[in-house]
Amino acid sequence: MRRRDIFYALLIGLTIWQGLVWVTGAPHFILPSPWRVAQAMFKSRVVILENAWVTAFEVLLGLVIGTLLGAATAIQLALSKTAERLMLPILVFTQAVPVFALAPLLTLWFGYGMGSKIIMAVLIIYFPVTSAFHDGLTRTPQGYRDLAQSMGGGKYQIMRHIQIPHALPSLGSGLKLAAVYAPIGAVIGEWVGASKGLGYLMLLANGRAKIDLMFASLIVLACLTVILHLAVGILAKRLTVYAQGRK
Amino acid sequence: MANGIGWRVTSSPGISLHGQHRINGSVLFDADLCLPGGMWTCLLGKSGVGKSTILRLILGLQTGGNFHGTIAATDRVPLDGRISYMAQSDLLLPWLTVLQNTVIGAKLRGEVADTVRAKELLHRVGLTDHIDKTPTALSGGMRQRAALARTLMEDRPVVFLDEPFSALDASTRADMQELATEVLVGKTILLVTHDPSEAARIGDQILVMSPEGVQHWPAPGNTIPRDLNEPSVIDCQTRLLEHLRGHQA
Repeated sequence: MRRRDIFYALLIGLTIWQGLVWVTGAPHFILPSPWRVAQAMFKSRVVILENAWVTAFEVLLGLVIGTLLGAATAIQLALSKTAERLMLPILVFTQAVPVFALAPLLTLWFGYGMGSKIIMAVLIIYFPVTSAFHDGLTRTPQGYRDLAQSMGGGKYQIMRHIQIPHALPSLGSGLKLAAVYAPIGAVIGEWVGASKGLGYLMLLANGRAKIDLMFASLIVLACLTVILHLAVGILAKRLTVYAQGRK
Repeated sequence: MANGIGWRVTSSPGISLHGQHRINGSVLFDADLCLPGGMWTCLLGKSGVGKSTILRLILGLQTGGNFHGTIAATDRVPLDGRISYMAQSDLLLPWLTVLQNTVIGAKLRGEVADTVRAKELLHRVGLTDHIDKTPTALSGGMRQRAALARTLMEDRPVVFLDEPFSALDASTRADMQELATEVLVGKTILLVTHDPSEAARIGDQILVMSPEGVQHWPAPGNTIPRDLNEPSVIDCQTRLLEHLRGHQA
């Protein structure tokens, strides 16, 4: 996406938004204008940034922990047929439970602090990362396996030197999904019970009819998600370029 | 013992295979063959007859069927770890450099890689200027030469080649045949090929496989690699081609 395209997309979005405000004649406590939201964003910049930092920290830590756990699980499943046979059905079954439904329970167990939100983000990204990476690890071309076997390669060495590098593009695909899901997990955790974070700030603003502040928080959250998605996209591309040996 | 180019000179055993291979209960082949030690054996036959299966059986790789019979080396030492393998696809790992690919066998066994020897072998196959490049930066012929260096790096007395030159253009293929016969001298080679001219040129022994079994085909008498213009080579490849086409009809 080029910078000019982003600029035009933003311009079109703002025009539609302002047009809706004019056409519907909605009061500012229902649908504030872009200008009003910009004013609220500037006025409350300190509060927004403080809470944005909390949410960003929860999302990033959740992403890192979830990725490490998911990758470790995928490697273990690919190394052991027994683990794969026993664990895969359980993993798929756990996906039948909506992670959002666990949010109240996590808040009860881990409190109103960052912990429950980080765990929420970890839970929501764990399966996509595990699934995508495991898929990549088990799709190592037969030719590579034959060559490694004829060379007397050990199971762990083949995993380290062939399977993992070959599966890095798949891990990248899982990470791109995770980058979209992680903020959802953290914000839902904040909605259920928190004293900080953008989700908390949105609920607070809504309760006090400060819809312009709510919109400002929402826009900052969207920006955070987009930045994270772009950063992870660059990382995923580098993983693919590395695995394909392109400079 | 080491020679001037850095790999050990080994006495190469012959290999014999006698038995029947079945897939889903039906017989794929009933074969009786012998690979003489230190010589090039070329195995031809139509697609699906089981040429690569024979190679995989001796290598100890999965074949998707059951073999009933015996596979043994003439020196009665188990074949595990004594055969190196080169396939039609070069199987170079794209994320590694040519040098790193050459020493991948040691890495996979958890051993320390001998990069000095790897560089000597890469020099031997004419890739000195390309050791730090990834495979994507190489031509098809250069990639196969890198694969050949990786095979030599394994320093095993038996080498199995599964149509390694079939994807190359005619000129590069001829170059690779000459290089391979030069650097693999003294080893026991099994070359699976579809190409009668390749078999006529570099086969000390030529075997033709069909559902009825494995047939010995008279190879031209002189040393390999033979000149493709020699009447005996032209005659051998012409008759081989006619024979194979007869089987395919």
